[in-house]
Amino acid sequence: MVRILRKVQLSYLLLAPTLLFLVLFFFVPLVQVVGTAFRARGGGFTLAHWQRLFTDIHFPDALKNTLLLALLIIPAQLVLAFLAALIINKQGRGSTALLYIYAIPLGISDLAAGLIWLSIFTERGYLNSLLQNLGFIERPILYLSSRSPQWLVAAVVITEVWRATPLVMVILLSGLQMIAKDYLEAAEIFGCSWWQKVRLVILPLLKPSIQSALIMRTILAFQVFGPIVVLAGRLLPVLASESFHWYAIIRHEYIASAYALLLMVLSVLVTWSYLVLLRTKEEQLGVM
Amino acid sequence: MERRKRGLAQVLFYGGALLLAIWTLLPLLLITLAAFTSRSELYSWPRSFLPRELSLESFLYFAKAHGVMEATLRSILVALLTILISLLIGAPAGYALSRFRFRGREAFRLGILMTRMFPTSLLAIPLAIMYINLGLYDTLLGVSLMHVTLALPFVVLTTASLFMKIPYDLEEAALTLGCSRLGAFVRICLPMVTPGLVAAAIFTFVVSWNEVYASSVLTLRNRTLPAHIMATLEASPLNFRFAGGFFMTLPALVFIFIIRKRLLHMWGVAINK
Repeated sequence: MVRILRKVQLSYLLLAPTLLFLVLFFFVPLVQVVGTAFRARGGGFTLAHWQRLFTDIHFPDALKNTLLLALLIIPAQLVLAFLAALIINKQGRGSTALLYIYAIPLGISDLAAGLIWLSIFTERGYLNSLLQNLGFIERPILYLSSRSPQWLVAAVVITEVWRATPLVMVILLSGLQMIAKDYLEAAEIFGCSWWQKVRLVILPLLKPSIQSALIMRTILAFQVFGPIVVLAGRLLPVLASESFHWYAIIRHEYIASAYALLLMVLSVLVTWSYLVLLRTKEEQLGVM
Repeated sequence: MERRKRGLAQVLFYGGALLLAIWTLLPLLLITLAAFTSRSELYSWPRSFLPRELSLESFLYFAKAHGVMEATLRSILVALLTILISLLIGAPAGYALSRFRFRGREAFRLGILMTRMFPTSLLAIPLAIMYINLGLYDTLLGVSLMHVTLALPFVVLTTASLFMKIPYDLEEAALTLGCSRLGAFVRICLPMVTPGLVAAAIFTFVVSWNEVYASSVLTLRNRTLPAHIMATLEASPLNFRFAGGFFMTLPALVFIFIIRKRLLHMWGVAINK
């Protein structure tokens, strides 16, 4: 048991650097994003940037694609990650090795993941060469082109599911490991089937972990950037890539900031709605 | 009947486990092969699924390409700087959180967690404007400071949980035996948490090494490796891209392997609170 002391001054001294740093490099930029998005070039308040953003031809697509990708990626990840976590949590032979294997993509950047799947989806990539070797096709199929938007979306979804499912898995797994074995044994004694156990015992108890996984993942899905740039370029604009484009290519920091602010507002809204929708009642956790 | 059902469940279980493992590993195997396939074969059609022969041509082309080695060096420097700054700033805060009770403790914890609820890398855009005024734009220090923002919440929370596990009695014993507070910390506490700190440092390295968005926004000439690959992407042939993807993945794999035992715990601490 750690004895907790009242060393108020020392603790404030120890916290000060972190606090100062976060104010300087997190809070100030945050305020500046808001400022820049509403500031005219010469100074003064303006809504002109927003007007330009909302009427930009890429904006509706960017918003639509960002939401669509999140909607496709997150449920798939949740299901896959839950299965992976259940498999590892069974703690049979080799489950530790499996955990390491499943966790590998945790260390891979979104850019590298995009390049990895590019080797599969590119015109003369692994997928086409496999199909050709098996005799299904003669000429390569163009997956990553403006003529097959459904394939573009699929490629990005697959890349993101591959790369970021382990993150969800780790969150769910540490939640699973906190569930007392008694509950599961009790369920078995009452003759619950596997599916009943999952539905009636595990899922309700896992709700807090599912909630944090959903929040983390949605915010990360809104930021999806690397795979978009590598696999689709500007054929599949999303909010993050548009923000980057306006900043790095067009050098228009005002619209870039407006895009960034929009993404932040979306993230906060989503976090808040998860917290409200998935509110865990104390009695659900305590009384089984 | 019961037995057969159980047998089927076993098959499903192991089959599923195996499928998931293949799903994870196969793309890694394929990019490794692609990095060691010659350019002419990568662009040929019909192409055999596995390369006819492995060659170093593509990988060497990438490694020798203009700017790649410099960018790699910069990436390493940025990551080391990020580790240094985030541990120096974050570990004391983690220590305070684990040892002392003070007003605002919960608010501080919550504030740290709140920073994770934002798409932090997008803060690079206002930071870039700030950096131009401060003379930090296009510098390695500037990129590291941005990466510290990403890593700091994680470092504070993991170090807090590391110190939490060390009984304060030990430090107190050292104090009564005449150690100063700092001496007690350095001689008693630090050696016990070193493995955990190393794991946190490695993790911070991976965060920094992998970061693309902010590095691309904050640099122009002094690109880190991901920012360099990003900037040259459209002009690069496939062999460059695949070798680059493989090269970026490699250290991450090694590091994840080294810290595998602490991985679950660290993520649990950083996220599940």
